[in-house]
Amino acid sequence: MVKTPIRFTLNGSETALFVDGGANLLDTLRRGVGDLSPKYGCGQGTCGTCTVLIDGEPHLSCLTLAETAEGRSIETTNGLANGAELHPLQKAFMENFGAQCGYCTPGMLMAAKALLSKNPNPSREEIVEAISGNICRCTGYEPIIDAIMIAAGQLRGRVA
Amino acid sequence: MTVHKGRGFACINYPIGMNLGGDPSQALVHSTPDGKFMVSLSAIDLGQGMKSVTRQIAAETLGVPVADVYVDTADSDTGPHDMGSFASRGTHRVGNAVIRAAAEARAAMMEAAAEELEVNPADLDTDGEGNIHVKGAPGRSITVADTAIAAQFKQGKTLSGRGIFLIPTSEVDADTGEMTPVSCFAHAAVVVDLEVDDETGEVTVSEVNSAYEVGRALNPKMVEQQLIGGAWMGISHALYETTEPYYPNRSHGPQDYNTYLMPGPGDVVPHHIAVLERPAEDAPFGGKGPGEMCANPLLPAVANAIYNAVGVRCDTLPITPEKVLRGIQANGGAQPREMF
Amino acid sequence: MSSIEFRKDLFADERDDTLKEIGKPTIRQDILGHVTGRSPYFDDHLFDGLLHMRCVRSPHHHARIRSIDTSAADRMPGVRRVIRPEDVPNNLNTLLSLINFGKDDEALLQGKKVAYVGEPVVAIIAETERQARDAVAVVRVDYEVLPHVLDVEEALEPNAPVVSETYPNNTFDYHDLYDHQKLRFGDVDKGFAEADHIVEGRYQMSPIEQAPTETCGAIAAPETNNRFVCYTSTQALFFSLGTTAKLLNMPSSQLHFIGGTVGGGFGGKVDSLHEPLAVLGSKLTGAPVKFTFDRAEEMQVGAPRGAERWFIKDGVMNDGRIVARQFTGFFDSGAYTRLSSYAIIKGTGHLPGPYSIPNVASNVYCVYTNRTPATAMRGFGITGVDFSIECHMDKVAETVRMNPIELRILNSYRDGDMKAHRRLAKNTALIECCQVAAGKAKWPISADAAAQSSLQGGGGDRAIIPETVTDQAGRIGERRRSKIPTAPGEGATSKGRVAAGSSVAPIVAVPPQRDDMVIDPSRTGHRKAGAGPAVPPVQATPQAPPRYTPPTPAAPVQTIPSYTPPPAAPVVQPSQPAPAVQPPAPEPYQPSEPFQKGIKRPGVSRFISGTRRR
Repeated sequence: MVKTPIRFTLNGSETALFVDGGANLLDTLRRGVGDLSPKYGCGQGTCGTCTVLIDGEPHLSCLTLAETAEGRSIETTNGLANGAELHPLQKAFMENFGAQCGYCTPGMLMAAKALLSKNPNPSREEIVEAISGNICRCTGYEPIIDAIMIAAGQLRGRVA
Repeated sequence: MTVHKGRGFACINYPIGMNLGGDPSQALVHSTPDGKFMVSLSAIDLGQGMKSVTRQIAAETLGVPVADVYVDTADSDTGPHDMGSFASRGTHRVGNAVIRAAAEARAAMMEAAAEELEVNPADLDTDGEGNIHVKGAPGRSITVADTAIAAQFKQGKTLSGRGIFLIPTSEVDADTGEMTPVSCFAHAAVVVDLEVDDETGEVTVSEVNSAYEVGRALNPKMVEQQLIGGAWMGISHALYETTEPYYPNRSHGPQDYNTYLMPGPGDVVPHHIAVLERPAEDAPFGGKGPGEMCANPLLPAVANAIYNAVGVRCDTLPITPEKVLRGIQANGGAQPREMF
Repeated sequence: MSSIEFRKDLFADERDDTLKEIGKPTIRQDILGHVTGRSPYFDDHLFDGLLHMRCVRSPHHHARIRSIDTSAADRMPGVRRVIRPEDVPNNLNTLLSLINFGKDDEALLQGKKVAYVGEPVVAIIAETERQARDAVAVVRVDYEVLPHVLDVEEALEPNAPVVSETYPNNTFDYHDLYDHQKLRFGDVDKGFAEADHIVEGRYQMSPIEQAPTETCGAIAAPETNNRFVCYTSTQALFFSLGTTAKLLNMPSSQLHFIGGTVGGGFGGKVDSLHEPLAVLGSKLTGAPVKFTFDRAEEMQVGAPRGAERWFIKDGVMNDGRIVARQFTGFFDSGAYTRLSSYAIIKGTGHLPGPYSIPNVASNVYCVYTNRTPATAMRGFGITGVDFSIECHMDKVAETVRMNPIELRILNSYRDGDMKAHRRLAKNTALIECCQVAAGKAKWPISADAAAQSSLQGGGGDRAIIPETVTDQAGRIGERRRSKIPTAPGEGATSKGRVAAGSSVAPIVAVPPQRDDMVIDPSRTGHRKAGAGPAVPPVQATPQAPPRYTPPTPAAPVQTIPSYTPPPAAPVVQPSQPAPAVQPPAPEPYQPSEPFQKGIKRPGVSRFISGTRRR
């Protein structure tokens, strides 16, 4: 099988590897690079658990051809914390019971991060819109929305 | 087009665990050299909080801070046998096994501390903050850490415990159905308020008020998570979910989340919960598992509210707009029902 | 925005709320892993040379397999192994065989006759998932399509197609006697005759997918010492391990299963379909093998909550009292048993819901149809019948023109009532839940209903088991010979009677093995209603160590206490944290000389130095 060399930054680090033609970004990140934080939920682009940021925009990595990541900047939940210091979103999910099984959490965090980077003061409706592509089967979504609201407030406070 | 408001009620009880075939769980507890405790299980945490609730149960039983306990599960080489995480059995069965294991470890800890303090173990108590003291004399104390060090490096004792909890098999009578099905029940009652659009048949749940009796809320925030998320699932079952929309015909089955419908984050319903706690005598600190029963009363309450709103009794789930609309048409229009 | 309140005022005298860790909103132990994406789910384990498995699945509801041709698949690029049904060492199992319930009826790979769409026939292991899918597509299975049956009641017709040769009557065999589970309590026909109204209903559940965000799966790999490690999403580690050991005819000591961190389950991860094939694949290839459902398989091949059909018939008095309730239930088990047989026992023990009804009868059938086997889901065995009962309660309320909450409180079970499965109710709280929910929703109920209590009004006459009418209708195989009715008592050629009586003692937990495993009764958080601590009064001296005595079997219960403490063991009761009346505290310990705890030698590891006593 033909292998294609690709190069991208993953959470700020230069990353280069060979991928099979047709390989998707999710498998490439998980099994090629070893970043296990994006999760497989459906492989159909309907659940959002594999959400990663490409150049700051949320993308479904299961539907993204790995080759299209060439030269782009990719962010995953693995790079969300600043060293040992958790991102306010992570802290808010942790302290406000924003996760049960935790499987959808990395995708939720990425979708929320994309929102807050563009809109630091979102309404509940805007948060709902931002995570509407992410399925959670445990929580009924409300604790997740609450956690994102709280994190947004903390991020604003940090900037101010 | 008119939107009709409706209100429905339902109440249920829910059996905790199942013991048709016996239903054992085991736990092991041991101390690290410096007095932290490891709980080894083979129970599964699938989001319900098995690791967290058993950790609190172990800490409470041992009399040490929760931060000094870690639950390791599930590795078949180290975790003793457990039937599994289903049937609302985890908190009750595993919790009881953890209590027994932690009680035995505590007894060993108290003996070791008693030897260090030269007192009778029965005279000792824990303060829950990592110290063991003589009852009535808080100043005469030793830390759990020093106790563990002394036990292991000086006394040659292990601070460990084993626990199993089993309610034996209940035979079922073939002719009368006589049996001991379970040992305790959780309870719930809910009131659902909703709106039905008589032009589209669409149902929008607007509010849920509920009372859930859970024995004891071992961790109130995790109980809240289960109740909010479980009620969401109940509404989802009532109105949306099916793998076979034309059951018993198997065609047109959904294969993804675009066609398998569930309420999304935009459909969150305000849910006002009251938690009641009547401890069950054989449950760990009285706690019954809330994980399954939280969903059950929502299904009939939604159906009853739809009937109240438009006079359509949907006895077949899920209650799709199509079914509601066909019912309204069959009745010659929406027929809101009287409230008694 | 939702809200939650804790009604600590209710049942306060049964609780000790001074516990230190229980009742605290401690954050989850595993939450840091969840928010950093580092919680290790089964698929989060990397192996060099991981192989991927996919299954060839039946496209037919019901078909005999004439032949399986895998020769083209063998030649496909990347294919490392094709597993055929005959490669499975012990290719027949039923999930509950581990607890000796039911007959083996399901093959891991089906080689003779498929009985549902999606049933696995062949498994293919290849270097990539794509290659495995491509190879699956070229397997040729020659099917002889057979007539199928999809509806539970049609499956009980005498001439219905046989879904499973293990159960040729399309029903699970209960007690080697009947084709259904019976419940008989009192005489429902007498109750119906006395009733002012008869209310009937039919209720139909739908199959429901558990839909966890993580699909079911497992990765197996050879470990050292001729063992296999299996990372799994199972909800029941030893169920999966035991099932694998049985199907593969391997000693369980050769299996090392690791799980416990699962991306949602809701009942859909009990069936242990993936672990045996992953381990077998690993054994046959000597390499790590991953076998998992994709989302479409999770939705349509993974076992759903089974659809249930319930018929309920109530006899009701004008004042709202329900005097007789009869159920006829059909669980759609799909093509194989999995857990449905068990769900029916659980559901039967649940009838007639949380109500005290003097005459109850039920027949519940575990029916085989040509659809995806059903399994557990949140509310297993109960959700469907609770939907039916509670819709039916509203029909009853409407019939007698009564407030639906008051109707439920009127009929609610209370402490000390006899339940239809012939055990006494205790620790009940339905009435209080009804009252609190009504209050929160501002749904008015009568002063009388608001004054009721689960603690009062039960027992007495309500604790008696009535004389019960029985029948022997529905013996195994009868329905194959001729069409007979399914409802309780119907089609019976003769009726029997079981005398009235009182309940035998319930089966209770096995007592702890050793005295040390008993938690100090003062630390359990229990208090006896209205009597301070929930433990027997102090009899021994406070200094004596706790002693545990195994309980003696209880005599048939005559009187019904509202709350029975654990079997009276002469348990010592140290000082209680909360009760108003404290037992006399022991004299504070006075050391003869100033006490000093152990001395540490500086500069030496505390682990090897230990502490030195004064």
